[in-house]
Amino acid sequence: MLSAVGATSVDDLFESVPAAVRLGRPLALPGGVSEMEAAATLRALSDRNRPASRLVSFAGAGCYDHYVPSIVDHVLRRPEFFTAYTPYQPEVSQGTLQNIYEFQSMICEITGMDVANASMYDGATAFVEAALMAARTTKRDKVVVAGSVHPEWRVVLDTYAESGIIEVVTCPVEDGLTAAASAALLVDDATAAILVSNPNFFGHFEDLAALGDLAHAAGALFVVSMNPALAGVLESPASFGADIVVGEGQPLGNAMSFGGPGLGFFACREQYLRQMPGRIVGRTVDVDGAGAFVLTMQTREQHIRREKATSNICSNHALNALAAAVYLSSVGAEGLAEVGRACIAKAHYLREALLATGTFDAPFSAPFAHEFALRYTGDVVAMHAEMTRRGYIAGVDLGSIDPGMDGLVLFAVTEKRTRAEIDAFVEEVVSL
Amino acid sequence: MTRDDALNPAMAPSRGPRELIFELGTPANRCTEIPAPDVPEVPADALAGQSRTCGLRLPHVTEVDVARHYHHLATMNFGVDSGSYPLGSCTMKYNPRLNEDACRLEGFAGLHPYQPLDTAQGALELMVSLADALGEVSGLPGVTLQPAAGAHGELTALMVFRAYHTANGDPRKRVVIPDAAHGTNPASVAMCGYEVTTIASDENGAVDLDALRAALDTDVAALMLTNPNTLGLFDPNIVEITKAVHEVGALAYCDGANLNAIMGKARPGDMGFDAMHINLHKTFSTPHGGGGPGAGPVCVTPALTPFLPGPLPVRNADGTFGLGWTEHSIGRIRSYFGNFGVLVRAYAYVLALGGDGLREASEQAVLSANYMKERLKSVYPLPYDRTCMHEFVLSGDELRKKYGVRTLDVAKRLLDYGVHPPTIYFPLIVHESIMIEPTETESLADLDRMCEALIAIAHEAESDPDLLHGAPYTTPVRRLDEARAVKQPDLRWNPADEL
Repeated sequence: MLSAVGATSVDDLFESVPAAVRLGRPLALPGGVSEMEAAATLRALSDRNRPASRLVSFAGAGCYDHYVPSIVDHVLRRPEFFTAYTPYQPEVSQGTLQNIYEFQSMICEITGMDVANASMYDGATAFVEAALMAARTTKRDKVVVAGSVHPEWRVVLDTYAESGIIEVVTCPVEDGLTAAASAALLVDDATAAILVSNPNFFGHFEDLAALGDLAHAAGALFVVSMNPALAGVLESPASFGADIVVGEGQPLGNAMSFGGPGLGFFACREQYLRQMPGRIVGRTVDVDGAGAFVLTMQTREQHIRREKATSNICSNHALNALAAAVYLSSVGAEGLAEVGRACIAKAHYLREALLATGTFDAPFSAPFAHEFALRYTGDVVAMHAEMTRRGYIAGVDLGSIDPGMDGLVLFAVTEKRTRAEIDAFVEEVVSL
Repeated sequence: MTRDDALNPAMAPSRGPRELIFELGTPANRCTEIPAPDVPEVPADALAGQSRTCGLRLPHVTEVDVARHYHHLATMNFGVDSGSYPLGSCTMKYNPRLNEDACRLEGFAGLHPYQPLDTAQGALELMVSLADALGEVSGLPGVTLQPAAGAHGELTALMVFRAYHTANGDPRKRVVIPDAAHGTNPASVAMCGYEVTTIASDENGAVDLDALRAALDTDVAALMLTNPNTLGLFDPNIVEITKAVHEVGALAYCDGANLNAIMGKARPGDMGFDAMHINLHKTFSTPHGGGGPGAGPVCVTPALTPFLPGPLPVRNADGTFGLGWTEHSIGRIRSYFGNFGVLVRAYAYVLALGGDGLREASEQAVLSANYMKERLKSVYPLPYDRTCMHEFVLSGDELRKKYGVRTLDVAKRLLDYGVHPPTIYFPLIVHESIMIEPTETESLADLDRMCEALIAIAHEAESDPDLLHGAPYTTPVRRLDEARAVKQPDLRWNPADEL
C-alpha cells in the first residue's frame, strides 16, 4: 500500500504536519492488551461498584429503576441499528427512520402534542431547548421557571442563559408547589414561557391549568416536563394547556447507566413545528409509489441553516429512542398504566409506613405520584451510609444536591419494589 | 425459470416498509405484563384531578410481533457490519463487541447517579482514567466528559471561553469560522450568544492567513477550526494561525471531528489550540446508533480548566475517587455526569488499543485514505491534490458537465454496489463534492472493492447516465419524494387521519 501511494514509510504521509507540532514520542498511555485482558480489567472495575439495580433502591430524582423487558436489549443489539449512522441515506435507513416515525407517534400520544422530534440528549437539555424555542417563537427573552423543577435542570438552564440569549427568573416554591399567584408576580409582557415539571421534583402535582392560563393570558407559552412512566395513569399535559412538552425518557426501557445515556423527548403543538429543534422524520413515497420514511423539515437544522438554525443539535439519542419505542410497544397502554399504578401505590404505601415510624416527618402535604420527600429526624448522611451497608439505597439525600434542602430525603418507588422489600426497609431504618 | 419468475408476487415477503407497529396485533394482544401491586391501590381521586380519563393509543402486540417487527426494520438498515461505510467526516469505524458487553455489565449499567460515591468507585476510576487518556491524546489536560455529542461539546467550550473572557473583564462579541466548517460550528456560536464571522479558505483549501488577520480584532472571542480540515488536509500554517489568534487575546478552538487522522502523531494542544471536543462515537469506536447517543468530551488548557462545567470525576489524595467542582465553573450543561455508557465503550477501546494502537489506527486510516485517493483521482477530479490525512474530497463536477450525472446519482448508484455512499455536497467549497473516509477498519480488499465500484459507476455515467439517474434499484425503497414530505407533512401515526 505504501508503494501505491508513493511513500517509503508511513511517516512520509504526515509530512504536511509541521515538524514543530509533531509529537515525536509515544503517547504516555499503557500498551494495548488482548480482548481477554481488557475484558478482565473492565469486569474488575465493574465489580468495584455496588449498582443500585442489585440493591433495594428507592433512589429516583430523574433516573429510575424500572423493569426493562428482555426484548428491548435484544433489539438494541442488532448491529443494523447500532452500527448505522444518522439516516441521511433513506434508501438504506428505513429501519431507523420507521422507528423514529413510530417513536414520534408514541411521544405525541403520551404528551398529547401534535408533533414530536427524533429525541434530544436528555431531559435537562430538552427543557432548555424548550425555553429557547419559546423565546424564538414569542420573540421575547424572559422565561419564568418553577423552583420545583429538578435543581440540576435549573442549573443547566442558568448555564445556557449566561450566553445572554434568554433571561431566567425563578418562581419560589411554596409547600413543595408553584403557586400561580406567586408566578403571576413574575410574568409580564416580556415573558416567553412558564416552565414547570409535573409531577415536580418533589413528586407533587402542580396546578397545571392555572399556570397554563397564566402563561397564555400573558401571551407566553406553557412548557411542561413530564415523567413518561406515569403517562398511562395521568392525563397528558396537553389537557391542561401545554404548548411544548418535554421530559427525560430514561424510564422507558433504558438502563440507569449512572445517569446517561437516556434521552430527552420533545413535542409541541403543530403551529410551532417550524421552530422545533432536532431531527424530524416524515412519511412519504418513493419513485415507485411505495410508502417510505425520510428526514424532513431540515431547513430548521444546522447543516442547512448554520447560525440561523433552531439549534446546534446534530447527534441525538436515536438508539435510546429505539429502546423507548420497543418498551412502549412491549408494555402497551395497559402495561404502562399498570406500571404507573404500581409505582404510585407502592410509593404511597412506603410513605405511610415511614411516617408511622415517627423517625420521619412530612414537610409537605400536597398530593404526589411515585416520589415524595420526607424529613429525617436523625443524621441523614449517617442513615444513608448505614442503610447502603445493609443493602438499601435510602432515597436521595437532597442536602447533597442543594444545601437548602438539608435534612430532606427524596424517595422514589418503582414497580420493581415488593411489599416485602418495603416492609423490611422500614423495619431496618427504624432499627438504626 | 429464474428466481424472479418463481416468485408469486402476492406471497413474496416485502423488503420495503411494512405496517406500522400500531397496525399490528389485536386489542387483546399483550407482550409484557406487570404484576398487580401487592399493596393497596391509590384511588384515582387522590391524583389531584390529573387521573387519565381517555385511553392511550399505543401498540397492542405479542412478543413475537415485537421481535418480527424490529427484525424487519433492522433488515432495512445499513450499518458498519453491513458493508463498507466511507462516510467522510463521520469516521464509521468498526464498533468492537467487547465495548458493547462492557457497558452492559450490571456494575455499570445498574448504577444510579445519586447512589453513594463509595459504591461507584469503579465507575469514577474509569471516568478519571478515560479523561486522563483524552488529555494525553489531545495535549489538553483539563477534561470534561459531560457533553453528549460533538455539537454539545462545541457549545460547552464556547461557554467556557465566554466565562474566561468575562472573568478577564472583556466578554467579546464574535467568533471566526472558515467557510469549510461543519454547520454545527456556526449554530453553536449563535446558541452561545456570539456573532459569526465567516472567512474564505485559500486556494489550497487551508485557512487564508490574510483573511484571518483581517477578521481578527479585540472583539473576537475565538477561532473555531477543524484541523485536519474538512478537505482532509492538515493546515501547514497551524502554528501561525493559533499565534495570530492569541495575539488579539482570542482563543483557538479545534473541532475534533478529524482526530482519527492524528492520534499519537500530533496533538491539538501542541498546535496552540486552547480547547477541543472529541467525538467518542467517531474516533473512539463507540457506535453511532442510527444518530446517537454519542459523547463529545471537551479538553482544555490549564488556563481554562477552572471554568469547566461540573461535576468532574476526581482522584482524591487518599487514592479514592469522587466528584469535584472547579473554582469558576460555568455550571452544568446537562444532568448528571455524561453519557456514561458511551464512556465505558470508549475506555474499553483505549484499554484494548493502548497508546501505540491508537497511533497505528491513525496511521492506517491515513494510509487507506491516500490509497483510495491515488486510485480514484484519475477518474474523479481531486481539486486539492496533496497528501491527505484520513479523508479526501473528490469532485463530481466533471461528470455533471459531461454527462449530466450529479454526485447524488453516483452516491445512490453506490448503494446498488453494496457500499454506503460517502458524504456528499460537503464541504461546500468543492462543487459536487464526494468526501471519502475509509477509516482503518477497511481491509485492502475492501478498499479495492470501493474503488472499483466508484470507477465502474464513472463508466456507467458515460455509457448510460439514466441508469444513474434512476438508482438505486436494489434497496428496500428507492429514491424518495422529499418535496412531498415537506409539503404534506405526515409526522406521526394518527388513525383519525385515515378514516
